[in-house]
Amino acid sequence: MIIVDNISKSFGDTQILFDVSATFMEGRVNLIIGASGQGKSVLTKCIVGLHEVDKGAIIYDGRDFSAMNRKERIEIRKEIGMLFQGSALFDSLTVEENVSFPLKMFTDMSQEEMRERANFCLNRVNIINKNDLLPAETSGGMQKRIAIARAIAMNPKYLFCDEPNSGLDPNTSIVIDNLIKEITYEYNITTVVITHDMNSVMEIGDHIIFINQGKKWWEGDNKEIIKTDNEEVVDFVYASSFMKNLREKMISS
Amino acid sequence: MNLFEHIGRYFVMLKSVFSRPEKGKVFRKMFFGEVDSIVINSIPLVAFLSVFMGGVISLQTAANMGSPLLPEYTIGYITRSSTILEFSPTIISLILAGKIGSNIASEVGTMRVTEQIDALEIMGVNSIGYLMFPKILATTLFLPFVVIISMALCLVGGWVAGVQSGLYSTETYLIGIKAFWYEDQFYLYYALCKTMIFGFLITSIPGYFGYFTKGGSLEVGRSSTKAVVASSVAILVANYILTQLILV
Repeated sequence: MIIVDNISKSFGDTQILFDVSATFMEGRVNLIIGASGQGKSVLTKCIVGLHEVDKGAIIYDGRDFSAMNRKERIEIRKEIGMLFQGSALFDSLTVEENVSFPLKMFTDMSQEEMRERANFCLNRVNIINKNDLLPAETSGGMQKRIAIARAIAMNPKYLFCDEPNSGLDPNTSIVIDNLIKEITYEYNITTVVITHDMNSVMEIGDHIIFINQGKKWWEGDNKEIIKTDNEEVVDFVYASSFMKNLREKMISS
Repeated sequence: MNLFEHIGRYFVMLKSVFSRPEKGKVFRKMFFGEVDSIVINSIPLVAFLSVFMGGVISLQTAANMGSPLLPEYTIGYITRSSTILEFSPTIISLILAGKIGSNIASEVGTMRVTEQIDALEIMGVNSIGYLMFPKILATTLFLPFVVIISMALCLVGGWVAGVQSGLYSTETYLIGIKAFWYEDQFYLYYALCKTMIFGFLITSIPGYFGYFTKGGSLEVGRSSTKAVVASSVAILVANYILTQLILV
């Protein structure tokens, strides 16, 4: 479980986050949604420690991450897997080397054990016989799946996904969403997903936080979001007239 | 950011560069990879430049020696001194600042803008040390060997140019090369010492500009240009300071 307690963050004179508090539960897919430029990515980067918070605390299963020094944070970071928007695979390493990279850095596994673990993770995300390819030789959807395989290689307790569906076609997006959901339930991971994708919101949103103007504006799940009358949430989720009509039909039925 | 902020951030970065690597085995593999990609791969360019520059130095020296009072072996002596004191350590380092510097700044800068550095940090890897320490150590330790090769080839270039154009004989040139060597051999140590410092500068400064790149591909290009300019300036300033400290 991750507790975000009253955090604020500014860059120079511009305040991005205002006293945001949230709890991300274990074994559930927690979504952070909101329009562009509202502070979702900054919030996530604060949670994983890529940005330092100005105020407040981030607590990983009772451990106050924001009060830790670099050395102490490394221990928690070994428990974190992250899927970046652009996958962030290492260009110069092959698919297998990318997945086994954290194992090589932080475990004493033999080459054979690392290969076995990398193959297991790659099979888990349905990447088969692509071990020797470079990331540039694979498709966008494959890169996301390889990045998921790398993120789960160390058996993480926490998984962060920054817009996992960006740039993917609807079918591939569904595959990625399902994969994130399955992995979360299978390994009982605390998963935090930043997304704009409404399919994801409806499909995998066990717990949803809506960020607007740097504040937590709304909180609920994928059933509650359909019926909410919070104006900003409705404007965001049902942005098109097609979606608005659909919502009215859903509510009336 | 002003110059002093850059300098301050550069030194803070260096502190992380020299922290203990996460895994010795991984570090050793990366170190030898960098020796190959930065140092060994530069040898063909350095060899080509050195042979031609050696030829030009000796021809220009010969062309400007009008006085009959100057012995002919002075050409070889001046070629040797110019090569050891300035051409090989300083000019070769300046040229490599362009080649190696732009390469490092764009490689690290691209890793920054594509979030690969963030990915390293999230995994708990000291990204500055992981990316830069092997490059800096490889160049600092092995650039002097490249410079020794450059010195030798420069002298060979001077010999070939002078002998084939009939300006002096092999014997005269060799007398010049060997002249006053006992008194002047300190110049070689001075040259190799400053080469090590130049090697440090041409990897750490581009690494700094690459690491702190913000934005997209345009900024990666800008960082690369800034890195080459800054490391060239740093080499020239360091050259002056080291000469003042060691030679004067």
